[in-house]
Parts: sequence; C-alpha cells; structure tokens
Amino acid sequence: MNRYPLWKYITIAVALVMGFVYTLPNFFGESPAVQVSSAKATIKVDEKAKARVEDSLKAAGITHDGIQLDFNGVKTRFKDTDTQLKAKDALEKAFNPDAADPQYVVALNLLAASPQWLTSLHALPMYLGLDLRGGVHFLLQVDMKGALTKRLDSTSADLRTVMRDKNLRHGGVNREGERIVIKFRDAETQNKARIAISDSQPDLLLTDAGDAAEPRLIATLKPQAQQKIGEFALKQNITTLHNRINELGVAEPVIQQQGADRIVVQLPGVQDTAKAKDILGRTATLEIRMVDDSTGALDAALAGNPPFGTEVYNERGGQPLLVKKQVVLTGDRLTDAQPGFDNQTQEAAVHLTLDAAGARIFKDITRENVGKRMAILLIEKGKGEVVTAPVIRTEIGGGRVQISGRMTTTEANDTALLLRAGSLAAPMEIIEERTIGPSLGAENIQKGFHSTMWGFAAIAVFMIIYYQMFGVVSVLALASNLLFLVAILSLLQATLTLPGIAAIALTLGMAIDANVLINERVREELRAGMPPQAAISEGYERAFGTILDSNITTLIAGLALLIFGSGPVRGFAVVHCLGILTSIFSSVVVSRGLVNLIYGRQKKLTKVAIGQLWKPGATTAAGQK
Amino acid sequence: MEFFRIHKDIPFMRHALKFNVISLLTFILAVVFLFTKGLHLSVEFTGGTLIETHYEQAADLEKIRGALGKSGFSDFSVQNFGSSQDVMIRLPLKSEQNTNQIGESVMKALEAEAPGSQLRRVEFVGPQVGKELAENGAMALLLVVIGIVIYLAFRFEWRFSVSAIIANLHDVVIILGFFAFFQWEFSLSVLAAVLAVLGYSVNESVVVFDRVRETFKKVRGLSTPEVLDHAITSTISRTIITHGCTQLMVLSMLIFGGETLHYFAMALTIGICFGIYSSVLVASPLVMWLGVSREQFIKVKKVVEGANEDGAVV
Repeated sequence: MNRYPLWKYITIAVALVMGFVYTLPNFFGESPAVQVSSAKATIKVDEKAKARVEDSLKAAGITHDGIQLDFNGVKTRFKDTDTQLKAKDALEKAFNPDAADPQYVVALNLLAASPQWLTSLHALPMYLGLDLRGGVHFLLQVDMKGALTKRLDSTSADLRTVMRDKNLRHGGVNREGERIVIKFRDAETQNKARIAISDSQPDLLLTDAGDAAEPRLIATLKPQAQQKIGEFALKQNITTLHNRINELGVAEPVIQQQGADRIVVQLPGVQDTAKAKDILGRTATLEIRMVDDSTGALDAALAGNPPFGTEVYNERGGQPLLVKKQVVLTGDRLTDAQPGFDNQTQEAAVHLTLDAAGARIFKDITRENVGKRMAILLIEKGKGEVVTAPVIRTEIGGGRVQISGRMTTTEANDTALLLRAGSLAAPMEIIEERTIGPSLGAENIQKGFHSTMWGFAAIAVFMIIYYQMFGVVSVLALASNLLFLVAILSLLQATLTLPGIAAIALTLGMAIDANVLINERVREELRAGMPPQAAISEGYERAFGTILDSNITTLIAGLALLIFGSGPVRGFAVVHCLGILTSIFSSVVVSRGLVNLIYGRQKKLTKVAIGQLWKPGATTAAGQK
Repeated sequence: MEFFRIHKDIPFMRHALKFNVISLLTFILAVVFLFTKGLHLSVEFTGGTLIETHYEQAADLEKIRGALGKSGFSDFSVQNFGSSQDVMIRLPLKSEQNTNQIGESVMKALEAEAPGSQLRRVEFVGPQVGKELAENGAMALLLVVIGIVIYLAFRFEWRFSVSAIIANLHDVVIILGFFAFFQWEFSLSVLAAVLAVLGYSVNESVVVFDRVRETFKKVRGLSTPEVLDHAITSTISRTIITHGCTQLMVLSMLIFGGETLHYFAMALTIGICFGIYSSVLVASPLVMWLGVSREQFIKVKKVVEGANEDGAVV
C-alpha cells in the first residue's frame, strides 16, 4: 500500500532534476564584464560592433573570457576587475573617439558566470534587488493632468482649423480647465459645427450649452481618450528616461511603469544620486531655426568668421550648415511626432503636431520663407545637431508639419523617437528615493543567507533527533522545497530582495508544519495499534486535509499582501505565496515518495524509526527501532 | 524522544474564564499603549528622509546633531543603528525644503562638521506614498480578515470563523501594543510579518477546530468543554513542535539577520508566542461561549456533507 507507481517516482525525479538545474546558476556568482550599447536611437549595436569590440581588445592586448551579443548590446567577460577596467578604457577610446559626443555607452557590468550549457537552457541566476547589490531607486509620479491640458491646447487649435475649413464662424475657442468652450452666433452654425467636429475629432464628447442668443458647444475628452493620452504620456516619458539614462552608463537600468501614473527607475551600481537626478530631470530641446543659405556665408563661417547672428551646426551626415541664432520655435510647442509616409510620394516621413501657438508661428514663418530652408535642431547637453533641414515649399498651417526627404523608414522612426524623446510628455516628480551602498548590499546578502542557513540547520537537527528516520525524510523534503522555490524564482527571473530572503526563511519555518502534522499523525496511528505500513498510509492520508487547510489560510494572507503590497512587501509576498505552493508538493509528495522508497518494499515491516513512541499506561517505550 | 506524555485530557476549559480575562487585560493594555504612545511609524509611512551613514570610528552623535542644526535642519533625529559606528538620521517632510536635495545637503553638512562618514543608504518618501501605504496596509488587513472569515465559515461554521478571527485579531493588536510600548519602529516589513502571522496562527485554530468536529462526530456523551479539552490536548504536541520549529527559524533571523530584519523577526516572535496562546486558549473558549453543541454540529454536518468528509485531523 505504500508504493508509488513508477510515473510518480519519475515525476518527483524530474522535478528534482529541474529544480537542481535551475537553482545551479545562483551558485556560480558573477564575473566582471564590460557592456557596449548604443547611446543614440540611430545607432544599432550588431555583429559589426561585436567584431569591433574583439578587434579593439586584441589591439590593446587584453584577453577576454568570451563576447556575447544580445538585445542590450555587446557584453564581454573578463577574469578580474583590473582587466575589466583596462578593457573599459580601451573600448571607450575605440568606440567614443570624441568624448564630448559619445555614440556608445560603455559600462561596467556583472554577468552571470554560469556555464554556457546552463544559459542555453535559460537557467539564469535570480536578479538581485537594489538592497542586495546597491544602487539608486526612484519612484516618479507623472502629472497626468499636465498631459491632458497639453493635449486640450493642441485640440483647440485643431478645432479652429476644422471650423475655418468648413467656413463656420465662431465667436472664440477657449480652453477652460479641462474642457473647451466654443462660442457661436446662431444655433445653425452650432449644429453644423457639431457635425464637423464630431467627424474630425472622434475623441471629443460634445454637449450643448448656452442659450438661443448665445449658443455654445462644450467639448471634453472622452474617458477612453483620456486614458489613451495618459498611457501615451507615460510611455513617452519612459522612452525619454531610457534615452537619458543611457548616458549614465548604467549596465542594466530598470525603467518600468507602476500603476497608472508612476514610473520606477532603478539604477544598480549607481551611487551618485545627484548626477542621476540631474540627468533624469534634464530636458533635451528641439529648436526650429532658419538656415542661412546666402552664397559665401558658409565658407566665411568655416574660415572662422561667421556672419552676424549665425552659427555653424553639423547635419546628420556630417556636412556643416549655417544656421541663424534666432530660434523660431522650440520643442515646447511640439505635442507629438509620429513616423509615417508622405501622402503623395509614399516616402518615409515624420509627422509633427504643434500646439495652437506653435501652429500660428509656424504658419507665419513658412508663409514668409517659401523656397528657403529651415533647420530642425536637437539640443542636448548644450550641444546641437541638425536633425533635418528641409526646403519650405508652401505655407504650412494647422500645426501639422511633415518632415520628409532622404529618409529611410528606420530613420523616420528614429527621428520621430528622438523628437518625441526630447521632452517629457508630462511633468514628473520624484516621490520616493532610495540609495543603497554596495557594501550594505553585500552585507544584506550575507545576513539573509546566514539566517536561512542556521535556521534550517537548527530545524534539521531537531527534526532528526525527534523523529529519527522520518525526521531525515522531513528534512530532505524541506531541502527539496528550498530547491524548488529557488528554481522557480530563478526561472521567473524574479528580483530577490532582503524581504524576499526573509520570506524564504519564514516559508521554510512554516513548511515544516506539514511534516510535523504527518509525523505526529503516523505516531498517533502507531500508538493506536495500527501496523506500521497502515499507519504510514493513514497518517499521510489524514494529515493531508489539515495541511491543505492550514496552507490555504496562510495563502489568503499572502495573496492580500501581493495585491496591496508594494515594493519590498510585494517581494516578500511573491516568495511567500510561491513557497506555500512548493511546500505542499514537497512535504506531501516528495516526503511520501521517500518514505515509500525506504519502507514501502518491506512486506513484513514491524518497526519504523519515527522516534520513541510513548503509550499512556505503558512505562516502556515501544515501536523504537 | 517524546515531549508530551499526557495521561488524561488537560482541563483547559475549566480555566476558560481566566484565560479570557488575561486576554482581555493584555488586549486593553495594548489598546491603551496604542492610544497613549502611538506607533513609531517608519519613514515609509510618514514620509520624510532617512539617511544611514557609517563611520570608521565610533560616531559622535552630538557633533552630527550640531552639524545638522547649523545647516538649518530641524526636527531631525540622530541615532545609532546597530553599532556605534552606524548612524541613522531621520528628517521629517518639510514643504519648504527641496526634498530632492536633502540627501546631498545632509552629507555636505556632515562632511564639514563631522568628517569621515560614508553614505550607506538614503531613503526619501513623499507624502502621497506614505498615505497610500497606510491605506493599502489597512486594506490588506481587511482582505485577510474577510478572506479567512469566509473560508472558515465555509469550511466549518460561523461560530468557529468568528472566534478564530477574534482570537487572531487580538494577537495583531497585542503585537501592535508591543511596538507602541517599546516604541519599536513599525515599518512595511513589520506589517508584512503581522499579516503573515495572522494567516499562520489562524491555521492553528483550524487544526484544533478540525479535532473538535471529529470528536463531536466520533465520541458520544461528552460535554462541550470536555470535547474542547480533548481536542486541545491531542493537538498540543503538534502545536508546540510546529511553532517551535518556526520559532527556530525566526530566532536565527533575529540573531543573524541584522538590523534590517530585526523588527520583522521581533514581530514574528511575538506573533508566534501569542498565536499559540490565543488560537488555542482564546478561540476555544470563545467557541464555547458562542454556544457550540453536538446537536447543532450534526445538523451542520448534514448541510455541508462531503465538505467535511475530507476534513482530516491531527
């Protein structure tokens, strides 16, 4: 009765092997590495870059332990930190010859030192949280109201254009708080306008207001549209943050959305919060200026003698361009930039949307400068670059601008991204900040590890003395629980934090309950005079219901923490919940399997080693092996 | 080895009134401390800035206080943290200060007056976050309570679920009372510990209740207190051993876990100790006062037949 069918043993064996394989990478530690990734959206890191890394290292006479290319960039391992630093300098020199204008990010990194065959199985070590490896954590709150107002401003301009195109006279379009009020002279125009607006602006909800003498339309954004704008603003802010953080040279930054309007930024290894904050808060700006194409002016400027009120900038391709100092428009007026195609030529293009004021300025400037060139500059860190300098063909009204010509689809995508990334879609504010020094991180790992180890050892000693062979089985089951838990966490690529380690320890301390329940029950059946085989079987069967009950109540608490917890508590809750699930499997299935292996085959089993059995009324111990 | 050699059922219920009076007294004391002293909430809840620095030699707290005072900080607290070399500085939220720069300006002030400090950790929490955390914490507690009441009501019946939750909430209040009395820092991880303890010690009551139900079904002619006595006596061995094992782990955290895990482990220790007491000796008398009886139990059995069949016991 205490025999498992073969498939059950195989299941347990497979689970244990999987557990072992996926836990393994955590023991190899990490080796120093240098990561080369792109600093600009237009530069891709590919096989060529990999070959370049290899060549530069060879040229500098530095030996490496392997180069790999992934979506993050080219990562090269080294055997110690000295070589790592040397290699970083060499690569920095090779990839960024002009230190003032870095094209690539060359950053120090740590790579899992697990062997290749493990990595190919996707067996990767757990990701260590900031409290364990040191670094900076920011929680940023995005001001969604700001994003909505920005959008409403640009919509007002669109509404004016729509009504002008349809020859509808209005008495003013104004944004009042979170709605747009349009005044009319008569009800007929109001009706026509309503139809025209709802055709062209599906995002707006229109309601009638005012009286017959002074009819009005009130436009508000539909809830879905508001949500879409919010999501877009958040996404754009995340893109912007990505671009900025690239410059910090952080190997593996975490930039994630949290909730509807928050962004978490984690920069492992960064200690200089001031610089990090500076970069997060910085704004890259877009500027539109006119190009000075007068003959001879450029040559004079290149000779070091630019005409009054002009300066030289380099175009993307590297050609110099003489640009007027007077700024026509700045990126503040830009509400959107999307890649797309030219309607007529089907060429790749970038569509820009300007807000009301921007649209007006742009219209005036294009009307006055037909045939001339205008330059679109991106100013970052006080350094400008001409993104494109198209010729103005006609007057452009309505605030919708298209940049096209000599662009591939990829370039259009990148330019749109760059232009969008120049500014934040909505203002942000740091509402939580945490800096953890690297020494504290290492200490925390050690403390967490020691607590778990000694706690486990104490439980093991007690269980083995108290329950003998069943104690050994319980301890093995507990160890397999730890194995499964760590394997699942590694497989999920969960982030391990100190509360997470505490949860592992606590889960182990609680998981032993199941085995105590079983062992006590088996003892009780033996005490009641049942033969050992039957007692084992009964003990396991009858304890199972209680184990389930007790784990479910614990799980309820774990789930509540998971739902309402944030930050460190969530890490605790994830580990706690997973641990409860693995503990049911290991304490019931694995321990039963072991017991069956040990005792199940003996037909005439008279004694089992479950510790001393004391029977009321009897003075001598019975049932002891 | 066998710790528990119990010849006869221990007459716990004879002392039920005493237990309940003890519980009531500790509970009232805890509530009094909570109201008079209040919880010493961590920066996570109150908002503010927390800075941990490390000195090579023992740190001169007076000097640090002086340095901060000179730099225009007020209402700050400077304490040793774990050892004499580690210093914890707490600054409250101030609307007029530029919160983003506090960390740097504190370090600058320290560099001038008490040099040699090394920044270990900075934590800044804005006011929105703190409020939200407190709300979420309360919601989590509520969800645990509702979840457990529903689960137990479904698994047993309302008398059991009500007494179990009262007994265990009384634990929670007592843990909070301890934190208020000693002015230990109540942080997010302590909250996590409290909720984990709540789930954990409810299952203690479940084990006893399982046995109560079984005894009612199996043995005739016992009075309700006798049934409860029997149930508690026959599960006491498992109760003590399980909690002992969990406590071994928690003790290890208390010893090796350092300052960060200290209060987490402390909350668990109190929770485990009072958990044994309350789930066994408070919940059972409550079930008795609420009027559990054999007849009513058998009626219940008919209603939820099947659900009870697999309700194995220790």
